[in-house]
Amino acid sequence: MDISKLGIFEIKNLLLKRKICCVELTKLYLERAHKLNPILNAFITIADESAILDARRSDENIQKNIDSIRPLEGVPIAIKDIFVTQNLRTTCGSKILANFIPPYDATVVKRLKDSGAVIFGKLNMDEFAMGSSNENSYFGPVKNPFSPDRTPGGSSGGSAAAVAAGLTPASIGTDTGGSIRQPAAFCGIIGMKPSYGRVSRYGMIAFASSLDQAGPMCRSVRDCAILLESIAGNDPKDSTTMTTPVPHYSEWLAGDPSDIRLGVLKEGYYEGINPEVLKAYLRVVELFAKHNVPIVEIELPHIKYAVAVYYIIATSEASSNLARYDGVRYGHRSEDYRNLKDMYKKTRMEGFGDEVKRRILLGTFALSSGYYDAFFRKASQVRRLIANDFYRAFSKVTTILMPVTPDVAFRLGERVSDPLSMYLSDIFTIPVNLAGLPSISMPAGLNRDNLPIGVQFIGKPFDEHSLLNVAAFYERESSCMEILSRVSL
Amino acid sequence: MKYEAVIGLEVHAQLKTKTKIFCGCPNEFGALPNTNVCPVCLGLPGALPVLNRYAVELAVRAALALNCKVHNESRFARKNYFYPDLPKGYQITQYDKPLATDGYIEIETDSGLKKIRIMRIHLEEDAGKDLHDISPDHSYIDFNRSGVPLIEIVSMPDISSPEEASKYLKNLRNILMYIGVCDGNMEEGSLRCDANVSVRRAGSNEFGVKTEVKNLNSFKFLEKALACEIERHIRLLESNQKIEQQTMLYDSKEQVTRPMRSKEESHDYRYFEEPDLLPLILTDAEIRAYAEGICELPQQKKKRYVEELRLKAYDAEILVQDKEIADFFEECVALLNEPERIASFIINDYLRELNSRKISISQSPVTSHRLTALIKRTIEGRITLNMAREIFTLLFEDSRDIDEIIKERGYEVVNDTEELVKSIREIISLHPAELAKYKKGNMNILGFFMGELMKKMKGRIDPRSAKDLVKRELDNA
Repeated sequence: MDISKLGIFEIKNLLLKRKICCVELTKLYLERAHKLNPILNAFITIADESAILDARRSDENIQKNIDSIRPLEGVPIAIKDIFVTQNLRTTCGSKILANFIPPYDATVVKRLKDSGAVIFGKLNMDEFAMGSSNENSYFGPVKNPFSPDRTPGGSSGGSAAAVAAGLTPASIGTDTGGSIRQPAAFCGIIGMKPSYGRVSRYGMIAFASSLDQAGPMCRSVRDCAILLESIAGNDPKDSTTMTTPVPHYSEWLAGDPSDIRLGVLKEGYYEGINPEVLKAYLRVVELFAKHNVPIVEIELPHIKYAVAVYYIIATSEASSNLARYDGVRYGHRSEDYRNLKDMYKKTRMEGFGDEVKRRILLGTFALSSGYYDAFFRKASQVRRLIANDFYRAFSKVTTILMPVTPDVAFRLGERVSDPLSMYLSDIFTIPVNLAGLPSISMPAGLNRDNLPIGVQFIGKPFDEHSLLNVAAFYERESSCMEILSRVSL
Repeated sequence: MKYEAVIGLEVHAQLKTKTKIFCGCPNEFGALPNTNVCPVCLGLPGALPVLNRYAVELAVRAALALNCKVHNESRFARKNYFYPDLPKGYQITQYDKPLATDGYIEIETDSGLKKIRIMRIHLEEDAGKDLHDISPDHSYIDFNRSGVPLIEIVSMPDISSPEEASKYLKNLRNILMYIGVCDGNMEEGSLRCDANVSVRRAGSNEFGVKTEVKNLNSFKFLEKALACEIERHIRLLESNQKIEQQTMLYDSKEQVTRPMRSKEESHDYRYFEEPDLLPLILTDAEIRAYAEGICELPQQKKKRYVEELRLKAYDAEILVQDKEIADFFEECVALLNEPERIASFIINDYLRELNSRKISISQSPVTSHRLTALIKRTIEGRITLNMAREIFTLLFEDSRDIDEIIKERGYEVVNDTEELVKSIREIISLHPAELAKYKKGNMNILGFFMGELMKKMKGRIDPRSAKDLVKRELDNA
């Protein structure tokens, strides 16, 4: 059986119609992961043994009670290696956690397992989710399935590549400044960053606590809804999750355009971006206009400060969040040290990669006595202004459309020595995180080199269901997911 | 030249909650190392804090009992520093928006009551504990204490002497114990104290350079260390040397204070708002509800004992020093409405006995029922107060009925008038000289006859009724 083009929905059908059993299916995915990982490097850990055990349990469940089986019963899913998994190595793409076996499951993992999913692998990522190209992983870069000399994007690069190449039917990534949406765009799949507070962060290794959010990465809008349904919702272990009820997202897939009012930025905002990306974006605007969706021009005057604000807030929080990796209790500890201070220094010098060190230094500086007001406080104030820009826009529109990235996937190694240009490529994704809004990244065709281009639909806080309706409409009318047929691995 | 000390105290009190402040692990002292731990209090990757509402309730209770203004909104912040006992590399505390501010405690000084203002009270988590004495070449860490809820109570620099500092700490400890917020056990570290000290010329309005003296964890230590540090400041000032702003530790063996870390090593804690916790919102109704958990405070109790129960101020002061004692006293009074006799018995006999047996009143076998029964026998005249005192010490080993003990030991007062009269007459006949003195009007000699009678009867008489009899017999002789 060719599993390379299957999503969650198709797999559920196969399992329920008993075309295949969970164990066989899981074995197929494990085999495929082992076969293709040397090419793509999407996996950090493949969980052969525990996956087969879980699959066997799902088979038994399906045998026993066909009526009340769980929503993801027996569906193999690989997830970003940022979620801690009990008794299964969790590295966060870092040397400092290269041998870390967590004693507990993240809430997202627990919910996936409770829904019946078979977690069969942990996917590659930029170290501590810091990066836009997956080149900052201690375990080496991931290759883009559309073009192996290109980046899959980051930080959820392994997740995006694995979904696009059919190594997993779907995945869960995390998005702090675009880390779900940008790799989704680069790899031609769908990636959704839910509202801040929609999905629990408990057990998701923190990069920037006020921005991090987990979300689905999929081959269809329907799969996105199915996955979000099982992971979303209040978690008593995460005080920042909201008690807002979780709608049945799968019931919001009609793709009805009648209530949509689409907000678009004036073209001036897009100066300097890749013309092919701009063209693809304008084609999407046109498609909506063609279906009589009102197109409303909006202003977001403060988003030009978003990257600056982001790199103060995110690095500040990161400098504190990453202080726990000190070699005292778990993770890497330097073997040669003279005293406590020396142990801290060497452990962290050896354990962290360059980009992580750079951000810890930036954040430490921004929070230092005498600089706090000029940097962190000011950034927090501007962050509020950016959020207000969005709220103002949402008084006129239901959804905002924007490109995901100013460019398509770049060549591996191309920007490694230029962190600033790497940071600036997150210009369209970052404002959404700063405002805590939900956003879904959708493919918008290929450029002339057959590289995917992405657009994102941004919604009001906790309006994921409306966003899914818009995405379902766009998916149907544009046939955008057909580009995945170009991937042949 | 005359100098005066300016002292402010920072007191950390562990809250008496069942579980820790940000996770469900038990908050208990003395468990096996690293048994009360979980991903949250170990700072494992991905773990997040969730605020224990009961810790908030206790902190609010303390703030109100210390006359503070409790704020409707306060915030948590991260205090960043590296230390092995600090698992996350930061402590969750409160910084620019603390739970409560602007309170005070009153202390008694030679010149009357003095208010020591409290600047702020905030909630925070305790750290783990480094264990350096297990192995010569390794240090171990016990994280059982990591995440135990604390309040930090920061006073204004209103304290002028080591004695005042000690009084402030005693009153503070007593209040916290009274309202059930902290067990006050300084040996186990439930209550810990740091002091900021500076010295200036008497009458000056400017502050001198201050130093911080850490870990003053007994009243004796606090007084001695402060006296020592004040002396050191004065010595430096007298010899025109500069006082360096630094952190000191008190060496009790050598009785000196020594610098703990130099200035270059002083931390920049890089405080910022804790993004994993929402602002702490307390409505007025919630604050009012928490206030109901506050019992009568020591000073209120003392006032009531003096005004309503007619106790001497000194006695009342002793009783309210310890809530267990005060509670016991009130239990007794409820059983037997003789507050003065009960207070006097507790203060003169019971406390001394507890002291010599090194037990607390809750560990004592002499219940309020037994104590009041004993006192009642003296009021009824069945035994004398001295007998009652002797019987009282027996009660610690003897659980039998009091009347049984009285009978067995022959303590009962001889109320048989005939027997008494017979004895009195015998004594009178043996002491004609003294009788003559009495007849000449020397009333003091009555005491002599009473003493003789007491001897003869081995103390088993009721002095009041016996005195009447002696007098009658002397008059008739």
